[in-house]
Amino acid sequence: MLLDILQFLIFFALLTLCVKPLGLYMTKVFQGEKTSISKIISPIELLVYRLSFVDPDNQMEWKEYAISMLLFNLMGFIFLFLLLLTQQLLPLNPEHFQGFSFDIALNSAISFITNTNWQAYSGESSASYLTQMLGFAVQNFLSAATGIAILVALIRGFASRESKVIGNFWVDITRTTFYILLPLSIIFAIFLISQGVIQNFNNYQIVHFISSQIIPMGPVASQEAIKFIGTNGGGFFNANSSHPYENPTPLTNILETFMMILIPASLTYTFGRMQKNTKQGWAIYFTMLFLLISFMGIQYWANISSNHIVSLLGISGHYIEGQEIRFGVAGSTLFSSITTATGCGAVNAMLDSLLPIGSMISMIFILSGEAIFGGVGSGLYTMFAFIIIAVFVAGLMIGRTPEFLGKKIEVKEMWMSIIIVLTSGILILIFTSIALTTKEGLSSILNPGPHGLSEILYAYASTANNNGSALAGLNANTLFYNITTSITMLVGRYVPAVAVIYMAGSLAGKKYIPPSVGTLPTNRVPFIIWLMLIIIIVGALTFFSALALGPFLENILMQRGF
Amino acid sequence: MKNLKSCIIIFIILTFTTGIVYPLLITAVGQIFFPWQANGSLIYQNKVAVGSALIGQSFNTRSDLFWSRPSGTPDHPYNATSSGGSNLGPTNPKLISEIENRIAFLNKNGIKLPIPSDLVMGSGSGLDPDITPESAMIQIPRISKVTNIPEDTLKELVIKNTETKDLGLLGANRVNVLKLNLKLLELERKYAR
Repeated sequence: MLLDILQFLIFFALLTLCVKPLGLYMTKVFQGEKTSISKIISPIELLVYRLSFVDPDNQMEWKEYAISMLLFNLMGFIFLFLLLLTQQLLPLNPEHFQGFSFDIALNSAISFITNTNWQAYSGESSASYLTQMLGFAVQNFLSAATGIAILVALIRGFASRESKVIGNFWVDITRTTFYILLPLSIIFAIFLISQGVIQNFNNYQIVHFISSQIIPMGPVASQEAIKFIGTNGGGFFNANSSHPYENPTPLTNILETFMMILIPASLTYTFGRMQKNTKQGWAIYFTMLFLLISFMGIQYWANISSNHIVSLLGISGHYIEGQEIRFGVAGSTLFSSITTATGCGAVNAMLDSLLPIGSMISMIFILSGEAIFGGVGSGLYTMFAFIIIAVFVAGLMIGRTPEFLGKKIEVKEMWMSIIIVLTSGILILIFTSIALTTKEGLSSILNPGPHGLSEILYAYASTANNNGSALAGLNANTLFYNITTSITMLVGRYVPAVAVIYMAGSLAGKKYIPPSVGTLPTNRVPFIIWLMLIIIIVGALTFFSALALGPFLENILMQRGF
Repeated sequence: MKNLKSCIIIFIILTFTTGIVYPLLITAVGQIFFPWQANGSLIYQNKVAVGSALIGQSFNTRSDLFWSRPSGTPDHPYNATSSGGSNLGPTNPKLISEIENRIAFLNKNGIKLPIPSDLVMGSGSGLDPDITPESAMIQIPRISKVTNIPEDTLKELVIKNTETKDLGLLGANRVNVLKLNLKLLELERKYAR
């Protein structure tokens, strides 16, 4: 146990050490400055602009930025959707998989363009190598770049003074892909192969020992790397990162966990730097880190405790159903917490089989609406919405003008922040109720009792917040779930995204008000505590009753032995 | 309209780079520098692939070998074409009765309580290649009886095949069942002579 805690401490210390260098590097990328790899990348970048008729100096207003973003994502959807429907006609399909049926193709395409990576299909038994690398992996890059671009637009909105423009979307996604996502992925993918993650285009291999076994193959490492770096989380295999070919050793496990949180964490510094207020960036980073570590502590405690019903049968050792031996409890917990706190959603242990409080913590991370690191870009912009609400409420309570970073918070910003924060909550409650009251919704449940409620609640929480993990006992590949989760993923991604871009435009046009005695300091401890309270209150008030009926109740039943 | 044209072209370029150039580059590097790992860490004996060092197999039909964890993959245990866990929740009566059945099966084969949890609970992938050292140790009397290999020799074998935590800190101590069984079969051949 002491070793586990030591491992956690080293992990977060290393993360904190990386925040500044990577944050600084990303600042240079977004501000169009020279970086250490500009020599190699810059000619490619300029060629891209020339070929695509993009003028990199042309700055966009919010409307053009939003339309470009939506158009680009629509393009991604059409391409992936068609690829899924027609994969049987295309090359690199050694197992001769059929095309996806209409509803699952729709669901999977939406899932990957929204950075959710909810998977109602099973990779090794339905997706061709071409589909994986040219379809899913491409959207892993592009959806991540989209999230980061939207965040950067918002940061420019805060930083600029009485201007109408917030950057060029084409430049932002191109630079994000070429300078940040690709270089990191190349290094990480090669490391993963060295540890045993496969990367080939062979047919599935048949091995024979005391019986025969068919072993799937494929270009896994290249997809695995971006799956974490872009907080996507869609596994090449059905078992995701618990599969030994995706996550072969304790070392890959810890580094995969690290890569999930690296960019969301470093973006806080990028923000501080672009805002010329690094203290504010650190304040946000430590707010998120504090919440993450607190809840993760509870999950660790839950995961090392025992299930009395099973212990009574004469079992020693920890409750290990759904977990791999090589990762240990610490490795499983760290991964399960961070994958749900960030918008990643990969899993290295089946969350459905964790003890009730353990899986509840993962659900709470998701229900916090991506404010605890969250997806690349999307996490931090959701956090800004929470900050604006916190500033506004605090301002009302102590009679100060609500301001954040020298920008006055007015009705427009409040509306947008409310939309950003509440969209997912509203979606979750509505669709959970629908599922709980229809035969189509209920018939997919695997585990009876309160656990069944948790499975459904988790499904909509995960899709509305673009996470993608699941209490996977729920049979999600039905017409009902494919359609309803498609809706929650789409609305949960694009409504807040457009609200953010609109808010960026509105903030950019505002005057800068220098801080005075009347300004509420937003980088000090009292405000940080206040902000955490707002996040917890919004989460708890919206979902407390549902959590009480699901995991809490199940925990009580387990304690009494039914 | 100009925006649409830019959109299409940028999309094509980024898709080509991240969807074709990037995976092919990684494949080339992997195949050149780490061909064994990139092709699945397959273990060969007499030029026949007997399995992957990373993918677990079921050995339950052979009483002279170490057994793996239970596996919740569909159709049959350790079905590598359909990875996944049981997803049964901690209060699901089905899980409890499955665990009871597994305990009964192990008891019948001479393995006494308390039994290490990993021998009666499945993994998340359904393909876990490892068991805990405790789970290997507890199977020794059973194997010794069938093979006539002294228990101490088997203990030594397990200890020699135990992988410890990475960097002394990460993960857990574990024994790869396939590798262990391959070594065990060598021993059996020696003792059979």
